[in-house]
Amino acid sequence: MDHLDLQRRLAETGYVAGEPLAMALHLSLVLGRPLLLEGEAGVGKTEIAKALATIQKTRLIRLQCYEGLDAAAAIYEWNYQRQLLAIRAAAETARVEEASEERLFSERYLLRRPLLEAILQPVPPVLLIDEIDRADEAFEAFLLEILADFQITVPELGTIEAVSRPHVVLTSNATRELSDALRRRCLYAFVDYPDPAMELAILAARAPELEPALAAQIVGFVQGLRREELEKTPGIAETLDWVAALSGLGINDLAASLATVQASLVCLLKTSADQAAVTPEVIARLVDRAA
Amino acid sequence: MQPTRFAARARGPAERLAGFMAHLRLNGIAVGPAETTRALAGLAAIDATDLGRARLALKTLVTTTPEDWNRFDELFDAYWLNTGRVRTRVTGSPPAGQKPPALWSRHLPQAEGAAPVTGAPTDAATGEDDDPADGRGEGRLVATGQPATARRDLRSLMAEADLAEAETIAERLARAIRERHARRRRQARLGPEIDLRRTLRRSLARGGEPLDLARRRRREPPLRIVALLDVSGSMTVHARVFLAFLKGLVGADSRADAYLFHTSLVRVTEALTARDPLTAATRLSLLTRGMGGGTRIGQSLATFNATYAKRAVNGRTAVLILSDGYDTDPPELLAEALARLRRRARRVVWLNPLKGWRGYAPVARGMAAAMPHLDAFLEASTLASLAALEAQFREL
Repeated sequence: MDHLDLQRRLAETGYVAGEPLAMALHLSLVLGRPLLLEGEAGVGKTEIAKALATIQKTRLIRLQCYEGLDAAAAIYEWNYQRQLLAIRAAAETARVEEASEERLFSERYLLRRPLLEAILQPVPPVLLIDEIDRADEAFEAFLLEILADFQITVPELGTIEAVSRPHVVLTSNATRELSDALRRRCLYAFVDYPDPAMELAILAARAPELEPALAAQIVGFVQGLRREELEKTPGIAETLDWVAALSGLGINDLAASLATVQASLVCLLKTSADQAAVTPEVIARLVDRAA
Repeated sequence: MQPTRFAARARGPAERLAGFMAHLRLNGIAVGPAETTRALAGLAAIDATDLGRARLALKTLVTTTPEDWNRFDELFDAYWLNTGRVRTRVTGSPPAGQKPPALWSRHLPQAEGAAPVTGAPTDAATGEDDDPADGRGEGRLVATGQPATARRDLRSLMAEADLAEAETIAERLARAIRERHARRRRQARLGPEIDLRRTLRRSLARGGEPLDLARRRRREPPLRIVALLDVSGSMTVHARVFLAFLKGLVGADSRADAYLFHTSLVRVTEALTARDPLTAATRLSLLTRGMGGGTRIGQSLATFNATYAKRAVNGRTAVLILSDGYDTDPPELLAEALARLRRRARRVVWLNPLKGWRGYAPVARGMAAAMPHLDAFLEASTLASLAALEAQFREL
């Protein structure tokens, strides 16, 4: 299997990947390396992990990062309440061995969080570590250790070895500079906004019922909109939302219904400044050029 | 398919690839033996005789940042396809971003003037610990006990010793802001420590069993500082001391970020962190060519918003703008850029050296337009006023 096969199989699940991205993904599978995806919000970084899980017919385990994410939420935690109840129950029934230390700190009382869950799967899952740039630097260092050996040490239990090595996909929106160590551990791909041909292919895959003429208009409009000075440039996710909105409104031709187009732009423009910047004149110009 | 070059000169794929890696290194992409090994393993896994595939594979194998990703194709073509200039051996001039040869320094005498002081107080860290005025427990650190020089206008502070002092103040300020850990912990859903008092209180509802654990953690880490310094003509007299201040800030707090602007904007964090003062001076002078000319504050801030701010500024950042507010851009541009910056940052603080003057009012058009978008408009014309900033930051 080469990267073109992978690209084709991704396309079957409805994910249109550019050739560079397909190659990066292919190599990360072959070499067993984590893949770091960077790019603006809404270009399909998270979706690719889902598509990968679909074609590998395996589980997708997702760890959403946020500021203050710590080991307890990402790796494991002891089920304290259950342990306490076990102790009390054992005291009542005078069966002390049930509450012995080995039993209390056994896997029965261990709450698995995504990272531990991922390395204990019998079939290698896809582990998506989403928006790693939102997590603290301390957590990043922690993650590096796990990505290097795929083993986790629980002080009370000992070291837990990976049953299988998950396929790791990390995504980042570049809200913070990632450490060089993390970057060098991963294969890298930058995911850009799609070019018109690719965006058309995406629409064809995701909204097959869409008229080709309207699809071309929509792609031309969105591509034009991305060249405008906006605070938040619309991504593919926004385009797809807009397509859904337009077909819900029963629009067949953008040029014929400018007022409705303006009203439906809430799908594409996510700040009030952007909505103010895209005036009816701008819309008319973009629609005109898209035709 | 186009043939690639140098086929005859090398003994095998490994050697050809090593040559390419050296080419990337010369052009500033950080690749080491580990990357070469990985690249070989990657090429073995694909059909490496196909140029397009080899290109895509190497791209994902050796690049690590968006900048490298976008530059890679050019470098690849230059090396393998004869379409660009190739440097096959190390020549005299090092890649961009590295220290220029020492022999330049003689031809850059102005460097000393534009840049922070030589002889930075490296002993500041040790000297400070025995300083009782530090008052670490309260997080209060003020240079109130400063000698009389502290009251003079920055303009008159040109002596080396005073510059060193400005730097020391900045260092102490940054350290005070960074190390200000509140003693009190705050209740939190997740946290490393158990809050015993709350846990006991909650256990009452469970018949005395401490089933629900309350937790607590330290307060959020202190704000990150991003400083933008105006080095246009009108600011020249203040620029030296402010640069020293910036250097202190960046040197003391590894998360701080510094930029200079006049008619354009440059990031100087790396240049300022150089240990060797001469290196720092040379780098800065190369970066600040055109310094002392006109000012385009609005345009510079807009550029900052569109580029660096996405990465450098978030809800845990305080933005410091050091400028006198004399702008040649239309004031609306400045107002809009500031409004956008303020939405992104936690706090936007403007330090104006003119504010210390008696009878000063922010009537310059740029300054007047900026006022509604600032969290604080402070004076920064004397060392004491710089040191007193700490009190303002404590409230942010």
